Amino acid sequence: MAIDVATVKKVASLSRLREPEARLESLSGELNGILGWIEQLNEIDVTGVEPMTTAVAAAAPLRDDVVSDGGKVADVVKNAPKTVDGFFIVPKVVE
Amino acid sequence: MSELTKLTLKGALDGLKTKAFSSSELTEAFIGAIEHSNGALNAYVETTFDKARAQAKASDDLLAKGEGRALEGAPLGIKDLYCTEGVRTTACSKILGNFVPTYESTVTANLWQGGAVMLGKLNMDEFAMGSSNETSHWGPVVNPWKAKDSNQALTPGGSSGGSAAAVAADLCLAATASDTGGSIRQPAAFTGTVGIKPTYGRASRFGMVAFASSLDQAGPITKTVEDAAIMLNVMCSHDVKDSTSLDIEVPDFTQFIGKSVKGLRIGIPDEYRLDGIPAEIDALWEQGIAWLKDAGAEIVRITLPHTKYALPCYYIVAPAEASSNLARYDGMRFGYRDPEATSLTDTYELSRSEGFGKEVKRRIMIGTYVLSAGFYDAYYVKALKVRRKIADDFTQAFQSCDVILTPATPSSAFALGDEKKAADPVSMYLNDVFTVTTNLAGLPGLSVPAGLDQHGLPLGLQVIGKALDEGTVLNIASVLEQAAGFAHKPSKWW
Repeated sequence: MAIDVATVKKVASLSRLREPEARLESLSGELNGILGWIEQLNEIDVTGVEPMTTAVAAAAPLRDDVVSDGGKVADVVKNAPKTVDGFFIVPKVVE
Repeated sequence: MSELTKLTLKGALDGLKTKAFSSSELTEAFIGAIEHSNGALNAYVETTFDKARAQAKASDDLLAKGEGRALEGAPLGIKDLYCTEGVRTTACSKILGNFVPTYESTVTANLWQGGAVMLGKLNMDEFAMGSSNETSHWGPVVNPWKAKDSNQALTPGGSSGGSAAAVAADLCLAATASDTGGSIRQPAAFTGTVGIKPTYGRASRFGMVAFASSLDQAGPITKTVEDAAIMLNVMCSHDVKDSTSLDIEVPDFTQFIGKSVKGLRIGIPDEYRLDGIPAEIDALWEQGIAWLKDAGAEIVRITLPHTKYALPCYYIVAPAEASSNLARYDGMRFGYRDPEATSLTDTYELSRSEGFGKEVKRRIMIGTYVLSAGFYDAYYVKALKVRRKIADDFTQAFQSCDVILTPATPSSAFALGDEKKAADPVSMYLNDVFTVTTNLAGLPGLSVPAGLDQHGLPLGLQVIGKALDEGTVLNIASVLEQAAGFAHKPSKWW
């Protein structure tokens, strides 16, 4: 599956990245190079193999459903680009 | 420069305990060394000397009362991937350029609880994505090692290049690092230092800037195998803030150092003999096998048939997880926001495009592509199945051996600015060909310096263990270390 410039644009947009037009051609080459190399996985028969989603074969731990942390508004917004009164200020979302 | 900085962690801890010197004296020696050397090496991206002096003083008070803890008074360097409360943490990305955490990572919290002193934050590839340290927003680290008769600046490896260079150049006693595909072991091999990635889940990932969560693991880079054991003792812990952290006892890893390896079975995987690898890498491997045989271990040939598929598998799994993890950098709640953008989409796209470097963007796009509708099964699910085959290979192999011995890297340190590697991402990825399998399988792996190549540059051997069997890994590595008698240091040019 070759990645053409239109696909690169689409993937960039899905990734919320905006790459300059001049870079798209070379990105297409780089991504094709990587994905072409990855194609060798098709040599392996994985029929009946369970996907491995974690390196730890342990059940997800449970804890009591109680508040264990919080009340840190100042900490939460401390690194925000823009805040007012403990709120994040973001660009206009709805016209 | 003071002789104090040349001490091993163990040597320094002993000296502090017997009051041969104080932590304040030791800390000042390191501060002097960093001030003198960092301009040339670029290992530290942030220094915390005031904090170090205060911690050293507090340690001296405790030591005076005979109440020293495991790392009391020991000055360490911290990879810039660990969140440190009140100290800028950037993962060497522009997008986190001014981020100052309001909380501490569990691993570093464990170190401070253990009495360690923080000298500063260490350079790395951006978001730990790289094998040469050249993707760092703060510029590459320069390897303290140079080839014989050459003035060419070399890479310290990556992503933990700052950690490895700082340890090799005596700019800290030991350093924290992290390993997603080889980021502890490859830089250790390139700088003549020891690096261990413990079993996935041994150390908490809480407060580590995430790259690929199912692969990321904390570990130390140190001057000796024993020092690695001392660091691991403190870094590893169960942590309720990381649901993949294992609720199991952390043994005293130092008890495994120097134990007899008589009767232990060492697996030698045929598939790690690659075409195009320098003959000296194979020769060093043979030497390692001979050393262990001499020490009474039994050598067993094993097969890990899916080895060659580990890197392509990794370059689906890791970017997929990265594209998801790095979605949080949206210019809204923290990190860089493009000052000109006015709409929501513009803010997302411009902040991310300006905030992330080239390699990080490439990986986000690969990850997005393999997770996108129509390709998810063909790429991502397929890779997860291959990952299981790779893990099963190890389970099978460990039926007939106790540990596995391999080379650590396919070459010694290469030049910074290598144009071939810059132009061809896959050639850079191949650096991790021997290390990446253990990340996929979640197993412990250690790189120990074992010799020099024809250019006088260090080479490492890798020891891979069963899950949770860091003890045997350290044991074997300590025997290799002793047999190799690796006492080389880079000649000081900086």
